[in-house]
Amino acid sequence: MGISVKEDEGRVTALLSGEIDHHNAPLLRAEIDNALERLRPEELVLDFGEVSFMDSSGIGLVIGRCKLMKDIGGRVMINNTSTSIKKVMKLAGLDMLTTIC
Amino acid sequence: MTVYNEIKVTFPSKSCNEAMARMIAAAAAAQLDPSAAELIDIKTAVSEAVTNCIVHAYRDRIGKIEMTCRILEDNVLYIKIKDKGCGIADVKQAMEPLFTTAPQEERAGLGFAVMESFMDSVRVTSSVGRGTTVTMTKKITERALYLTRASANAEAPDLNTAGVTADGEADDEKYT
Repeated sequence: MGISVKEDEGRVTALLSGEIDHHNAPLLRAEIDNALERLRPEELVLDFGEVSFMDSSGIGLVIGRCKLMKDIGGRVMINNTSTSIKKVMKLAGLDMLTTIC
Repeated sequence: MTVYNEIKVTFPSKSCNEAMARMIAAAAAAQLDPSAAELIDIKTAVSEAVTNCIVHAYRDRIGKIEMTCRILEDNVLYIKIKDKGCGIADVKQAMEPLFTTAPQEERAGLGFAVMESFMDSVRVTSSVGRGTTVTMTKKITERALYLTRASANAEAPDLNTAGVTADGEADDEKYT
């Protein structure tokens, strides 16, 4: 599991990698929230391009960030999801909450 | 129900063991030559079940989680995940999507919904104060005549005499 956060004019991009589960989701959450509270961006991009596994702990992570972004008046984009990650996200109805690419 | 192979592991309810449990289940399933998608389905369901034990069953303590993986006839993978934690008072309610007793931890309440969606069958039995057992099966698409038809046949009788019932449930005493 890893995370790299990029900042670019009103946008924070979190490049996620490895496996996302209940064990490591809190570490990802802390890194992302630190950037959001510091920069208060208009858009948060969660990039799942290098994520090899995700269970519903990842859903909690995304929903929590959507709430946080809503509170600061921003939006969330989800990019580069694999078929299996998209399957979990759709089961949770995340496609109705934000844009999944 | 013929059991061709079995592995049983016991591990403490530490979150670092979620990945280990997924890997063990995937290794057991590999004998049935699953597709990549089937393997991810199995790993996801196991991850949800084990996380439930850690987050809910043993909320304030570390307890033992027992996972049994069996290769059954007709290319069926059987997985049982058992805890001796707090138990579930209302299993039907617990299995409803979005129900969670830990919203402050950003739990999505989708554990059982994911298990049901990714596996062919999910059965939950629980007793308050005594623990919960989740039993899941998934039929793996037959792509190659591998373990179930060839080498494993010779070993099947040993496990068949160990008290395995029609739904794949074994007499635990004979394995301990």
